[in-house]
Amino acid sequence: MEIKVLGPGCPNCQELEKRVKKALEELKVDATVTKVTDYAEIGKYIMMTPGLVINEKVVHKGKPLPRVEQIKEWIRAAGK
Amino acid sequence: MFKWFADLITYDLLRLPRGAHLSESLNFILYDVPKIYFLLLVIVFFVAIIRTFLPPERIRKMLSRKKEFVGNILAAGLGVFTPFCTCSAIPLFIGMLESGVPLGVTMSFLIASPMINEVALILLWGLFGWRVAVTYILSGMLIAIIAGLIIGRLKMESYVEQFVFKVKQANQNGETKFSWNDRLVYAVGYTIEIFQQVWLYVLLGVGLGALIHGYVPVEFVTKYAGNANPFAVIIAVVIGVPLYSNAAGTIPVVQALFSKGLALGTTLAFMMAVTGLSLPEFIILRKVLKPRLLLTFFGTVALGIILTGYFFNLVF
Repeated sequence: MEIKVLGPGCPNCQELEKRVKKALEELKVDATVTKVTDYAEIGKYIMMTPGLVINEKVVHKGKPLPRVEQIKEWIRAAGK
Repeated sequence: MFKWFADLITYDLLRLPRGAHLSESLNFILYDVPKIYFLLLVIVFFVAIIRTFLPPERIRKMLSRKKEFVGNILAAGLGVFTPFCTCSAIPLFIGMLESGVPLGVTMSFLIASPMINEVALILLWGLFGWRVAVTYILSGMLIAIIAGLIIGRLKMESYVEQFVFKVKQANQNGETKFSWNDRLVYAVGYTIEIFQQVWLYVLLGVGLGALIHGYVPVEFVTKYAGNANPFAVIIAVVIGVPLYSNAAGTIPVVQALFSKGLALGTTLAFMMAVTGLSLPEFIILRKVLKPRLLLTFFGTVALGIILTGYFFNLVF
């Protein structure tokens, strides 16, 4: 599974990345988490940061940040 | 209600003497903090509900069909309801330019979005009253509209980093569908998040403001930053720029100085500089704007803020 956290490095994006890692840990799922900070790349997916992309599909954009439980659901859905 | 609560604790429960520095400062904190927290929770919630009707896709669509002048006014107005951090506004900035929104209109949005935000407005309303809050909104929007029009006239499209126009936002035309339940969940989550971010700053700011209220003599502020000092507005702007993202903590302190004789124009200019111009914003914007446009952007906004400051100092 390929997960991208989109955000220029503001506190919100860092928090989102933390939650994604926590979700993966709790689910014991292996995935590559990439942090995308380049606006050219971010702009391809979303217009509101931070964003979360799982297997090239945008699952979240903007604030408020998704809870760890919510992220787990997305990961489970993508894993099927 | 809030006055009654503050009086009850200071004078009846703690039996502090009326008129003393300590009791006045404490009364001030007990009055202002609950009031601002209350306003924050209620207003942020409602703004969040409104925001669910204005997803970025719709904002972009609304602005891409507009002519310059009308577009600038609409962009400044929409900027009020969008999140206040520039780093989250840049992808939208890219999206707008890519879908053909004129540069000047996009700039109006980029100026209004961080400068006029609900947190700053709530603090202004709660501490200064609605007149100052409305004055702040109107002059902020005017700056955003005029600066956007000027930048539009200067035809500086070639000073936007080229990659911006090449980004293809392919699958982004579909709007997220919100049910009323989604809207409520979003608004509650957003309100909690904002509250967690600012409650401490509000407390610290009001606390510091209370100290100023209780202990700093009026002549002190009037002497250095009153109407008599012709450079007060410019100095206020220069100090305001580095104080990024702490509108919640800054405004209570400024209110205390205002009550001690700081002129209204200087006060407004300072707050606009805090929210509308900042160094981190400068650095982030550099990624999408070439230096010349970036400096024009900052120059026009700074000039607008300074002129607003002098205008209100002269009129009031």
